[in-house]
Amino acid sequence: MIYAKDINEHTPWQDLTPGGEIYEPGTARAFNTGTWRTDTPVFHEEACKHCMLCVPFCPDSAIPVMKGKRLDFDYMHCKGCGICENVCPFPAITMVSGGVAR
Amino acid sequence: MSNRLSGNEAVAYAMKQVNPDVMGAFPITPSTEIPEYFADYVANGEVDTEYVTVESEHSSMSVCIAAQAAGARSVSATSSCGLALMYELLYVAASCRLPITLACVNRALSGPININNDHSDSMGARDAGWIQIYAENNQEAYDNFLMAMPIGEHLSVRLPVMTCMDGFITSHAVENIELLETDAVRKFIGEYNPENYLLKKENPLAVGPYDVSPYYMEHKVLEAEAMKAAKARILEVAAEFEKISGRSYGLFEEYGMDDAELALVLIGSSAGTAKAAVDKLRENGVKAGLVKIRVFRPFPGEELAKALAGTRAVAVMDKSEGFSGSGGPLFAETRSALYDLKERPYLINIVYGLGGRDLKIEDIEKVFSRLANIAVTGETGPVYTHMGQRSKEGIA
Repeated sequence: MIYAKDINEHTPWQDLTPGGEIYEPGTARAFNTGTWRTDTPVFHEEACKHCMLCVPFCPDSAIPVMKGKRLDFDYMHCKGCGICENVCPFPAITMVSGGVAR
Repeated sequence: MSNRLSGNEAVAYAMKQVNPDVMGAFPITPSTEIPEYFADYVANGEVDTEYVTVESEHSSMSVCIAAQAAGARSVSATSSCGLALMYELLYVAASCRLPITLACVNRALSGPININNDHSDSMGARDAGWIQIYAENNQEAYDNFLMAMPIGEHLSVRLPVMTCMDGFITSHAVENIELLETDAVRKFIGEYNPENYLLKKENPLAVGPYDVSPYYMEHKVLEAEAMKAAKARILEVAAEFEKISGRSYGLFEEYGMDDAELALVLIGSSAGTAKAAVDKLRENGVKAGLVKIRVFRPFPGEELAKALAGTRAVAVMDKSEGFSGSGGPLFAETRSALYDLKERPYLINIVYGLGGRDLKIEDIEKVFSRLANIAVTGETGPVYTHMGQRSKEGIA
């Protein structure tokens, strides 16, 4: 069995799975799609009331929640769409230009 | 056991003996009888197949893809525009490495709309990643279908297989053929036991995920390697099949090729006519021969070059017009295969039989007389011509 964690962009064709089959669930977690971002959200924790509006609106599940509080963005999967900034009722999220997380 | 069956009946009967898990069923002339006969088997409880009637061929192939990915053996049958409507899914089936078996009953592809035989439908799908095996007659249509699954399902291959026969000429004409006992068929085919499938609870499987550029090319190389590996597997299965049937198959059939100076290369039912012409010419001392291509994908290029190496002049006869402006698809493959020979025969291409235009023994004799002339003069004349059409000029 070939596992997703053992495959990367340097793997030769002989070691890939036929048809690109993936033999386990949840492998998107391991795949860095944050590089697609051209704008980046910045989280201002002090202004956040943890109302949780941003979390379900995020199309990429890139806002982790722990014990009822949202954490900083998962920049490995955030595409920088800006929906979170749009739905946030507080000045807790601002978009900045460029894909680099700061 | 011997029986009188049409080509469609023979393939439907082969399907019954295989007892596949799923059939994606949609009718189109001239393949309609296959799902029709099979529906009887389903209604009579003679098979356990989930018979899925759908609204189009796009859906019948989608059903097959989903079923095969789930771990089920799936089959379908189609012709002409039906195959064209499957086009997108043909690529999906092959790239997902799902060994579906499809009976293609060859019919001209519109337009103009026409229901009769030529090979334009399956030739259009020749680069889709499917193994293509062509039958000359009803017996071969039956045999090829039975060999399809052991070929396609093998781990070294894992590719879908299209078994082709000529519409009406083969599909509707009734011939005496030899059928295997169902027990022997089931033993030969075996169970379909893929290593991974959607319904396997131990490890959830994703089939056909999006491929970004850093992976796409590698997966295509894997697919290309599988097609190359299929050649050996096809011969292996043919050898096993010979043991239970007594009938021998290769990548192509050579007829009178041992000492042939003039030869034809063609596909399908026309081989019967060509064999009669070869026999007639041989009686008159002409060293005529025939290569009937059985496996078109993977193309047996090296083997074909060897078979034609000793000839002086060869006519490649295409039953489809590829509109390349320089010859049909079989011609392109054959000419390419011969390039590596140090000494090559003269080669011409004749496109014939489009939309059910008849091919007669006299037509083949005319081709051989053209070849005889080329062999003597060394002048091929026009390399790419059509045959059988009304023309103000003399018919080639």
